[in-house]
Amino acid sequence: MEHTFVTDDPHFLLPSAEPVQLIDPTGTPTGGSAHELPDAAALRRAYGAMVAARRLNDQAYALVRQGRLAVYPSSHGQEACQVAAAHVLEQEDWLFPTYRDTVAAVARGVDPVEVLVLLKGDWHSGYDPYTTKVAPQATPLATQLLHAVGVAHAARLRGEPTVVMALCGDGATSEGDFHEALNFAAVFHAPVVFFVQNNEYAISVPLSRQSVAPSIAHKGVGYGVPGQRVDGNDVAALLAVLGDAVARARAGEGPQLIEAHTYRMQAHTNADDASRYRHEDEVAAWVERDPITRLETYLRRHDLLTDEQEAAYVEAAEAMAAHTREGLNHDVEPRPDDLFDFVYAQRTRQLEEQAALLADELARDEAR
Amino acid sequence: MTHEKLTMAQALNRALRDALAEDPSVLVLGEDVGPLGGVFRITDGLTAEFGEERCFDTPLAESGIVGMAVGLAMNGMRPVVEMQFDAFAYPAFEQVVSHVAKLRNRTRGKVGVPIVIRVPYAGGIGGVEHHCDSSESYYAHTPGLHVLAPANAADAYGLLREAIASPDPVVFLEPKKLYWSKEEVDLTAPVPGIGRAAVVRDGTDATLIAYGPSVPTALDAAEVAAQEGRSLQVVDVRSIVPFDDATVCDAVRSTGRAVVVAEAVGFASVASEIAARVTERCFHSLAAPVRRVTGFDIPYPPPKLEHFQLPSVDRIIDAVDDLQWEDS
Repeated sequence: MEHTFVTDDPHFLLPSAEPVQLIDPTGTPTGGSAHELPDAAALRRAYGAMVAARRLNDQAYALVRQGRLAVYPSSHGQEACQVAAAHVLEQEDWLFPTYRDTVAAVARGVDPVEVLVLLKGDWHSGYDPYTTKVAPQATPLATQLLHAVGVAHAARLRGEPTVVMALCGDGATSEGDFHEALNFAAVFHAPVVFFVQNNEYAISVPLSRQSVAPSIAHKGVGYGVPGQRVDGNDVAALLAVLGDAVARARAGEGPQLIEAHTYRMQAHTNADDASRYRHEDEVAAWVERDPITRLETYLRRHDLLTDEQEAAYVEAAEAMAAHTREGLNHDVEPRPDDLFDFVYAQRTRQLEEQAALLADELARDEAR
Repeated sequence: MTHEKLTMAQALNRALRDALAEDPSVLVLGEDVGPLGGVFRITDGLTAEFGEERCFDTPLAESGIVGMAVGLAMNGMRPVVEMQFDAFAYPAFEQVVSHVAKLRNRTRGKVGVPIVIRVPYAGGIGGVEHHCDSSESYYAHTPGLHVLAPANAADAYGLLREAIASPDPVVFLEPKKLYWSKEEVDLTAPVPGIGRAAVVRDGTDATLIAYGPSVPTALDAAEVAAQEGRSLQVVDVRSIVPFDDATVCDAVRSTGRAVVVAEAVGFASVASEIAARVTERCFHSLAAPVRRVTGFDIPYPPPKLEHFQLPSVDRIIDAVDDLQWEDS
């Protein structure tokens, strides 16, 4: 469990001066980075997943307006981050998503209908975390980062090669658990990649009110965790930087902190009114940096994406949207017994009594 | 049958040692639980015997300790965490109520988190501020947690072993005041399990219901009352959640009178819950309203004043005297 740093020089912990970018907003490779461009197959796979992710974001938003979802925190504009976070993981790895990371869970292989159970309101979580190694989406902020440390440490004690990808937003970095998680991970040398999607806002509050640190990635220095910054709308850079972080964690180099600079294109949720705290010009500027357009331009320009491939991705995205609509339009009859069945491994006598009371009440209602 | 003289602290240490030896997934973690053996020495010798991968010190951050335990439990381990003192467990409150207690329910039974959170709790030891809280109500009010409070060495051993083996998370409240009281115990003898109360003294005139640090006080009161010609029965609740309505109510029905004794602040307390449950279930057997002897509704006092706060033999006897023995 003991570990010492290879050097006392803290500079190796510092992120680069500018976020890593491999493809610029015009679709042009930047060159000159220490990271190599991912190969065409990886980029095409990410492109397909982003097209599906965007479609899912927009489908879910529409389903809120139709009353099929209670609420939806959209990640429109952040699809590159979420897809890359899922794509750099191996099967034995874990993903810890937040409530805004629906499409990350889907990119990892969870059925969107099961992910959206939380927001539909049928139950608090709709998928088996062990099937895909995706933890339940966390709605409290930063608490899941500590769970990620525990999962990683347990795997390490058993000698398993598991890496844990733990997601949070910029607002969550103000929570105490963010700091405790980074510190615990560093002290226990746990293979966790902390991936912060800095989308500039925590509901209405801008990043400047969360932190005046040079960047969120710099916060790693305080814990002995190497930090890196990456353009969150450049999926090529994300795949390279996150892939590198996962590889280093797996190789026994301990936790890594990655900050992606991105933007929440839509309001916090459909219940929010973003016009009260940010200007449309700001949003418009980020449209120019759209992650999907950027990658498409690059792939087309280099003849790495054919019309047929593009059509196939769009078709798959439409099929997923249709599957999601169908699943969410299907009403599940609520089972009152569910209220009592999962509180403990076995119902207590008190819960038996209360379940019987409710059953009796329902039977009398029906008889009326 | 192997009787030996043990303190509660030694019995708890033995329970941890036996659990670590039997099950490789059991881990012990917390502040100072390693080479020091914990500030109360409950984990004494465990790191030396099982290695620092099995019993280890963590950074000094309670939310971190419990949050990490959640992840360890999600991934196949059975963590036993020590919160150094009752009031120092509060930074972990969000992890306890939002995750430890709810993960099984959130995931429809898919993710159980078999965590034991050991909390040295309650007063009577001359402790300074933040070292003597009776925090059981916070945990008992949170569905998904089991809440246990042993009052003797045999129960401390038996209940802790069962808590570690349980598929559900357990908040294990250890009365600091009783850590060093020695008694003759047979650790191989089974004790009643989680969810079971025990009648620890028979009596016919009234029932004292107590748990944790208040049980010896209730037993002392029963002894004094006996000398005064009144026969008091004493029930040790042992398991606050799940609560053993049957044993408690059978006892109260047999005497027709009840006093609940607990150190914690009385308002909105476990003692209030017990009084309400007994009244709802035993109303026709009761000759008098159920009385509570609890702490006052004040922050825990400084050492020189704590004896005013703690339930005493006199206060218990006074409450019993007040149980409408004659219509007036």
